[in-house]
Amino acid sequence: MIEQPVPDTTPAPRPGRAVSPAPEGRGPVDRRTEPSVLSLRGARQVFSTPRGDVPAVAGVDLDVRPGQVLCLVGESGCGKTTTARMAAGLAEPTGGEVLYRGTALRALGKQERAGFRRAVQYIHQDPYASLNPVRTVHSTLTAGLRRHGLAKGRDQARRAAIDLLERVDLTPAEDHLDKYPHQLSGGQRQRVAVARALAMDPEVIIADESTSMLDVSIRVSLLNTLGALRDDLGVGFCFITHDLAVAKYFAWDGEIAVMYLGKVVEQGPTPDVVNDPRHPYTRALVSAVCEPDPDLARTKERVRLRSADIPDLTDLPSGCDFHPRCPLYEQGRCDTERPPLVETGGRRLLACHVVDGPG
Amino acid sequence: MTPTPPAPAADGPLLSVRGVDVGYRTGRRTRLTAVHDASFDLYPGQSMALVGESGCGKTTLGLGLLRLLPRTGTVSAGQILFRRKSGDQVDVRTLAKEDLRRFRWNEAAMVFQGAMNAFNPVLRMEEHFLDTFRAHERRTRRPRAEILEESAELLEMVRLDPARVLPSHPHELSGGMRQRALIALALALRPQLLILDEPTTALDVLTQRSVVEQLTELRERLRFSMVFITHDLGLAAELADRVGTMYAGRLIETGTTRDLFHRARHPYTSALIGSVPPVAGDRHVPEPLPGGPPGLNALPPGCSFEPRCPRATEECTATRPELRVLHPRDEGLSHAAACLHADGAELPTRGGHP
Repeated sequence: MIEQPVPDTTPAPRPGRAVSPAPEGRGPVDRRTEPSVLSLRGARQVFSTPRGDVPAVAGVDLDVRPGQVLCLVGESGCGKTTTARMAAGLAEPTGGEVLYRGTALRALGKQERAGFRRAVQYIHQDPYASLNPVRTVHSTLTAGLRRHGLAKGRDQARRAAIDLLERVDLTPAEDHLDKYPHQLSGGQRQRVAVARALAMDPEVIIADESTSMLDVSIRVSLLNTLGALRDDLGVGFCFITHDLAVAKYFAWDGEIAVMYLGKVVEQGPTPDVVNDPRHPYTRALVSAVCEPDPDLARTKERVRLRSADIPDLTDLPSGCDFHPRCPLYEQGRCDTERPPLVETGGRRLLACHVVDGPG
Repeated sequence: MTPTPPAPAADGPLLSVRGVDVGYRTGRRTRLTAVHDASFDLYPGQSMALVGESGCGKTTLGLGLLRLLPRTGTVSAGQILFRRKSGDQVDVRTLAKEDLRRFRWNEAAMVFQGAMNAFNPVLRMEEHFLDTFRAHERRTRRPRAEILEESAELLEMVRLDPARVLPSHPHELSGGMRQRALIALALALRPQLLILDEPTTALDVLTQRSVVEQLTELRERLRFSMVFITHDLGLAAELADRVGTMYAGRLIETGTTRDLFHRARHPYTSALIGSVPPVAGDRHVPEPLPGGPPGLNALPPGCSFEPRCPRATEECTATRPELRVLHPRDEGLSHAAACLHADGAELPTRGGHP
C-alpha cells in the first residue's frame, strides 16, 4: 500500500502506527486519492462468555473516506454492529487496530481523543431508545455543543440548535426545540438523532440500521438528508443495514462489504456487488429480497440455502464458515480450508474456493 | 388425526366486510374512529395485503375482524360476515362469548406482530400448543400425548424440529424459529382464514425468505385464505393476490396486486410504491413522500390525502371521494380507488417488467 499523504491536522505518527499492517492485495481498492479518516486493520473482537469465546468480529480491514459510503451488510449476529462500535471507539478491539487519521485510537492523547470523539458520530438503530426521554430536543442538541465548547452561551447554542433542525428538515425548527421525544414521531426522533450527530460537525457518521424502523415514505427522505450531508459536507459514512435495497440506493457511489460470522466475505463497489454478486452468501442475500414488483417477485431466481439457520459463533464450522449452508459446497475443500479474502480484479475482494471473481 | 380441509369453496365470499367502523374510547365522552367504512370481500383461497404507513388503521382493522381489540376498542358499525365451516354465514359482530371463542382459531386465527412477544416467556412451547388445543378445540379433552403428536406434525410443516422446539422456552429459539412456530400454532385447528400482522418485520432477509416460502407452501397445501398487514411493499408484491391501501383509517384503493403495482389510480398508492428502492435492475431513485398522515382527530373535511397530494385541486379540499369501482371484476377483485381524479392522467408506477 502506498503511504497516504498525511493532512496537516493529523497528529504526528506515533509508534503505534507501525503495527498497522498493510494487507496484501488491497492497493487497488483504495481507489480514492483521499486518505481514509477511519480505518480498521485486522480488527478483532472476542467476547468471553461462560459458553466459551465468541469471536464476534474475526479480523476485518475497512476504510471510511470523506464523502464516501462504506456499507456493511449481513444477517443479525454477523458482527456488523460490533464492527461499528469498534470503529466509533465504543468498544476496544481485542486484536488489531482502529486508526483515526492514521493514528491508532489507543495511542491518541487526551486532546486528540476528544477530537476523535467529536469527529466520529454514531446514530443508533432505535430512535425510541437513543434519545433521553427527560431532555427536550434543545437540551439534547446543545449538550454536546457545550461539552465540546462549540457554542458559547445560551443564545448561540439555541441558534445552533435551530440551524441543525433546519438542516435535517425539521421545520419550523422553533416548534420542535422544546418538545420531548414522546411528542415526536419515529421519523422526527431519528432526525433529532441525526441533528445531534451533526452538531459535532463530524467527519464520519456511523449509522447503525438508522432507517430500518421507519416507514418507507420517511426512510427515503431521511436517506436523502444523509446523502446531502455526504455530498455537500463531505461526511464519510459507515452505513450498516440488512436491507440491500437501501444499501444499493445510499451507497451507490461507495462500497459494500458483506459480512458473515465476523468476517468480510465479499467487498467491492456497490453497483458491482449488488448487480453481480459472486459469493454464494451475497447471492443468497440479493436473491432473498422481496422486490416491490409482483411480476419480478414471482419470476426472480432464488438461491436455496442448504440450511436456514446461522451457525453458533462458539462452535464455528471447519473450513469456510458458510459451507454448512452453501449451495455450492464442495466436499474435501470447503470443509477443510478457510478461503482467504483475496482481490479478484475490478477492485473486488472475495473469500470463496468455488466461485471466481468477475470477468 | 388427519387434517380436515376447509369446506369446499361454496359460492360467495369467505369473508364479507361491510361498512365497518372501528373506534377507540379515548376519554369519558370522547371516541376516536380509527377505521372508517371498510368494505371488501375475500373469497376462499385469496391472499390480501393491507398496506400503508404506520397509524393508518391496518392493525386496528385486522384486530377488529376477529374482535381482538383492546378493551377500549370496538367495532362500532357495519357487518363482518363470515362463512363458517358448516356453511352458515354469521356476523362476527353478533357472536356470543362462547361462540366467539370457538370461532377464533377454529375458523379464523391471528398471527400477532412481533413473534418475540407473542409467546408467554415462562411457558415451554409444548404448553402453548396444549393450551391452544384445549382452549379452542370443539371436542372433548384429549390426552396430552395425542395433542403433542399433532403439535409435532404442525412444527414439521414449517420445517422445525419438534424435538428441539417443543421442550424449549421461547427465548431459546431464534426470531425466525419463533415466527415459524407462531404460524404453525395459528394453523393448529386448520382455520379457513389467517390474519397476519407484519409477519416478516424485524426478521433478517434470509429468514424473511424462509417465512415467505413456507407461507406460500402452506397455502398451497392447506388452502386457507389470508389477510396480512405489512408496510413492506415487497412482501405484498410477492405474497398477495390482491392489495388494499389504507390511509388515515380508510381503504383508499383496492385491486389485484398487478393493478396496484402497475396501474395504481390513487396518488397515495403510487407514491408509496415509488418510495421503495428496488434491488433488481438499474438504480431507481425513489421519490420521497413528504409529510405524514393527518391526525385521526383532525381529519381534513375533503380527501384526507389532499394536503400531501401532488394532483389535488380545490374540489379535493371540500369533497371526500368515495371508493369507486374503476374496473369491475368477480370475486372481489375489482379495481377501485377513492380519488376524484382517478380517471385522470396515468400515475407514475414501476412499469411492468418483461
